[in-house]
Amino acid sequence: MSDDIVLKATGLTKDFKGFRAVDAVNLNVQRGSVHALIGPNGAGKSTCFNLLTKFLTPSAGTITYDGRDITRLKPEVIARMGLVRSFQISAVFGSMTALENVRIALQRRRHGDSWDFWRSQKVLARLEDEAMDLLDQVGMTGFAREQASDLSYGRKRALEIATTLALDPKVLLLDEPMAGMTQEDVARITTLIARVAVGRTVLMVEHNLSVVATLCDRITVLARGAILAEGSYDEVSKDPQVINAYIGVPNG
Amino acid sequence: MTTQPEITAAGLPGMSASHRNLFLLLLAIVAVAPFLAYPLLVIKVLCFGLFALSLNLMLGNLGLLSFGHAAYFGLSSYAAAHAAKVWGFTPEFALGFAVLVAVVTGAVFGALCVRRQGIYFAMVTLAFAQMIYFFSLQAPFTGGEDGIQNVPRGALFGLFSLQSDMALYALVAVVFFVAVLALYRITWSPFGQVLRAIRDNEPRAISLGYRVDRYKWTVFVLAAGFAGLAGGLKAISFQLASLTDVYWGMSGEVVLMVMIGGMATFFGPLIGALLVIWMQNELAAFGAWVTIVQGLVFMACILVFRKGLLGTIADRLGLKV
Ligand SMILES: Nc1ncnc2c1ncn2[C@@H]1O[C@H](COP(=O)(O)OP(=O)(O)OP(=O)(O)O)[C@@H](O)[C@H]1O
Ligand SMILES: [Mg+2]
Repeated sequence: MSDDIVLKATGLTKDFKGFRAVDAVNLNVQRGSVHALIGPNGAGKSTCFNLLTKFLTPSAGTITYDGRDITRLKPEVIARMGLVRSFQISAVFGSMTALENVRIALQRRRHGDSWDFWRSQKVLARLEDEAMDLLDQVGMTGFAREQASDLSYGRKRALEIATTLALDPKVLLLDEPMAGMTQEDVARITTLIARVAVGRTVLMVEHNLSVVATLCDRITVLARGAILAEGSYDEVSKDPQVINAYIGVPNG
Repeated sequence: MTTQPEITAAGLPGMSASHRNLFLLLLAIVAVAPFLAYPLLVIKVLCFGLFALSLNLMLGNLGLLSFGHAAYFGLSSYAAAHAAKVWGFTPEFALGFAVLVAVVTGAVFGALCVRRQGIYFAMVTLAFAQMIYFFSLQAPFTGGEDGIQNVPRGALFGLFSLQSDMALYALVAVVFFVAVLALYRITWSPFGQVLRAIRDNEPRAISLGYRVDRYKWTVFVLAAGFAGLAGGLKAISFQLASLTDVYWGMSGEVVLMVMIGGMATFFGPLIGALLVIWMQNELAAFGAWVTIVQGLVFMACILVFRKGLLGTIADRLGLKV
């Protein structure tokens, strides 16, 4: 069970000026699994994500990805290695259209870095079919030409997922991907994540526990920066400590 | 530059019809202007227009405000002046040398600046520009307070004399136009697209795997290079390189030009440069009042035309410029 760990954190710790946001977290994400990180507000979930993707430097601990120590690497390098994250606060490129948002990710994947400042951006038109296809997967076809800053919150989240998927990541880290979405969108994105999770690993923070129950193989519960419990949904949801700390866990 | 060229019927984002028309208009204006105004005055507008566009390559696309852009403009004007006067370079080599000096300086300073964010970036660029200013004041070959005077215009390729203002104008106009086209191309290249992504959301661009600092550095160097070209042209045209062009006030003035014209537009900085130079020319007789009037115009622009003259007009008309 534990032999194929794609992402591993050992003793991961982060201090913010004397305040310990993440406290000696050991996390093992199994290849091919959908792993949830849950916990009350301020538990340190997003901070964990920032540490794992190197947007923050850990105060202590190590991170291994695919058997490689990535503790000292830069965030863009990690992204290029196939470990791609989304953000809790919707992160789109506001001045661009939805199509261009997805295209900019495809551009990185297909062209690497674009130093070609002497070329017309017509070369990017080749990526548009693929970009449209990704938008279609998140139900955004009708909004392709709309400026991203004008989209509703839920659509921005959907756009973000399409943009992340455009990189064809090996490991996806999704920070509350469904926050602010309508019931209908949640259902669509749940199906989408289940589909894209085939052949990939997903680590997600999600407050919607029915989504967690549907999607996730393994759940880690975080409270006050430390791991409180870990296991399957059934195991975790019966844990008295979890019920105590995590207000809002429904029965079973 | 937040706006995109229109999507053409074929669905290809190339130069839109409206942009093509604007370039034709610009070409027409550049062609007839020396017959309607003093050629040297128009040359001044073109030099500053190019300078302002170079600043906006960084400001408009990346959202990075350099407060020391005059360093590259001024240093290159010294470089061109020195090369033409002391080494006897022909104008094209003097200009090439000017650009080289700006690019090398920009590469070094840029590496030290691009990691700073927001106001710190502005401060660091200003600090480096002050270094260049003191260097220009103290160095043995810059002529101190006098600058480098009586720079020969020379003959292009050693063949075509630039002695007449019209011959000079022809050279400046061609260089200007090609440079503007190049800046336009950079803005709407795949590379330029990445810059706007970085401006819109830097962490997101990083999370997509873009090496953000290198993009910023590349733009810094490009912007320095075009500023250097503008400075070189100015030195050759006015046969003078002086401290005014490296002074921090010049860095402020070019920011003013960009803001007045509209930093979210490609062509706006040209309008800003035209307006500022025209104002300075008209008000020259009033001495110190120029600065005050300039300040008032700037305030009016900020208050009335929040996106700059061209930016606001384009918005009203639903155009993308
Ligand atoms: N840059 C920072 N500086 C100081 N404190 C921080 C910083 N980032 C996060 N924190 C603190 O660390 C703790 C954990 O924050 P984090 O955002 O990781 O929580 P979370 O589990 O993602 O919560 P939520 O469910 O609300 O998103 C919080 O108390 C927060 O205030
Ligand atoms: Mg969070």
